[in-house]
Amino acid sequence: MKALRNYLDKIKPNFEEGGKLAMFRSVFDGFETFLFVPNTTSKTGVHIHDAADSKRTMIIVVLALIPALLFGMYNTGYQHYLAIGQDPGFLEMFIYGFLAVLPKLIVSYVVGLGIEFAIAQVKNKEIQEGFLVSGILIPMIIPVDTPLWMIAVATAFAVIFAKEVFGGTGYNIFNVALVTRAFLFFAYPADMSGDQVWVRTGDTFGIGAGSVVDAYSGATPLGQISVATKDMIGSFQTVDILGNPLSLWDMFVGLIPGSIGETSTLAILLGAALLIFTGVASWKIMASVFVGGLGMSAIFNLIGTTVPMSVSPVEQILLGGFAFGAVFMATDPVTASRTETGKYIYGLLIGAMAIIIRTLNSGYPEGMMLAILLMNIFAPLIDYYVVEANVNRRLRRAVK
Amino acid sequence: MGLLSNKNKEVLISPLSRNNPVIIRMLGICSALAVTSKLEPSIVMGISVTAVLAFANVIISLIRNTIPNRIRIIVQLVVVAALVTIVSEVLKAFAYDVNKQLSVFVGLIITNCILMGRLEAFALGNRPWESFLDGIGNGAGYAIILILVGFFRELLGSGTLLGIQVVPTFLYDSGYVNNGLMILPPMALITVAVIIWVHRSRNRDLQEN
Repeated sequence: MKALRNYLDKIKPNFEEGGKLAMFRSVFDGFETFLFVPNTTSKTGVHIHDAADSKRTMIIVVLALIPALLFGMYNTGYQHYLAIGQDPGFLEMFIYGFLAVLPKLIVSYVVGLGIEFAIAQVKNKEIQEGFLVSGILIPMIIPVDTPLWMIAVATAFAVIFAKEVFGGTGYNIFNVALVTRAFLFFAYPADMSGDQVWVRTGDTFGIGAGSVVDAYSGATPLGQISVATKDMIGSFQTVDILGNPLSLWDMFVGLIPGSIGETSTLAILLGAALLIFTGVASWKIMASVFVGGLGMSAIFNLIGTTVPMSVSPVEQILLGGFAFGAVFMATDPVTASRTETGKYIYGLLIGAMAIIIRTLNSGYPEGMMLAILLMNIFAPLIDYYVVEANVNRRLRRAVK
Repeated sequence: MGLLSNKNKEVLISPLSRNNPVIIRMLGICSALAVTSKLEPSIVMGISVTAVLAFANVIISLIRNTIPNRIRIIVQLVVVAALVTIVSEVLKAFAYDVNKQLSVFVGLIITNCILMGRLEAFALGNRPWESFLDGIGNGAGYAIILILVGFFRELLGSGTLLGIQVVPTFLYDSGYVNNGLMILPPMALITVAVIIWVHRSRNRDLQEN
């Protein structure tokens, strides 16, 4: 650590004003503050800061995502070998999934950080750290068979049009990772939905591959729910890719087909525990998203005239990206409500909206992405009225 | 005082870029978004608006001294409506397919803000020849933007231009897929935004602080 510090101090003059590499100052600055907490002190105003700056905060979110990412890699391999009817053991499955996910991770980071670095250079500003989290989120919320060039195009679109045009990190209206997914979803629907994309049946760098077993069907549980007909109410049962019925435990652990990082509620809850323990993400938003989802699906249960309406509340929040969205997407501090009361309203509406979209629109079996993007728009409005209400309440007290 | 004096040239040329009705004044955005998912309807729409705008400008300019001020909007609407009906009938007779694609938007040229804007701001105070040039210039400025948007949306969204396949098949074989979002309305908005972005960065004096 000491040696690294000394090395940085040695090369630093090159990047300062007048140095021969001065044009790359923001890149150097970005790496230096990534590795070490900046040693600058305030000269005016408040002198006491929290030691955790936004780079440290982002790293905690990345750490919280690791369990879900590792499980997603394992699950990718697990689903593949299940589909071709082999059982090569834990390690082989994990390696298969690791090799399938790694290129996506690299593409997402290279494209996103490349654009951020370039813009920081052009504007001669510091490099912002927002993409550290977005870059790992993007590969986790897409199907395993999404082509890499699509990820590159969508990431570039999202970073430029959802973030940089609004002024960069901290100024975006929409969650950048979700804009990436929404772009993919609407631009290339054939590669983002349906039965063919969730389980990779081909090989990955020469590993795996084999003939698919007869019983195989690649539909996700939510996909099965959305196409189930009315006469299946009561007898409907979600199944895994070989047609075996799924228990609640399977859904909780997450050995089901779906986007790479979203399937395991268990791994996501581990991440949630870290986020809440460190105070990085708001437990109020997480809790109220779950409450909103449970409540809305309980209401639909009472109506119960179609299969999606009669899915039990617990299944609704275990399946698809509900838990992932609630823990990692809805809590994005930039795009969520900031007032404390507003967080409850914001979360409740996301949960309820996600279930409404899932249940009433069979064109979108998963409603979480659209629900969060929709509520991103309304977050400032919610804050505005919460603040107004508070002002009015205090005004009444003062006038009386 | 020639037919194309410097002042008249300015009237004709400036709406193409520095006074563009769509990307500077933000007029006519609605139809610019609605008809541009393909290149052909964009071109036809551009020509239609140019024709209506030029002749409406001339007619209003000719009778500008006899229109009672209080009912001038109604007079303008009658003139524009008559011209739009003519254009609509011509399209139905000679370009039926395009007319069907444009659907209500030909009729809605009546409500296009560019028309009312030019009639009010220019034709009511200038002579017929200048008004004609102004109409042609503004119509062309509108058409340029429509054609640009239509070009990119059809190329990226359908892989064709004017209905002819231009993205080669070997690209599709190697995994390229048309971008379905380009055909949806949001991308028209974003394409216009990108045009404005490029235009402003080339004309720094137009940037607002």
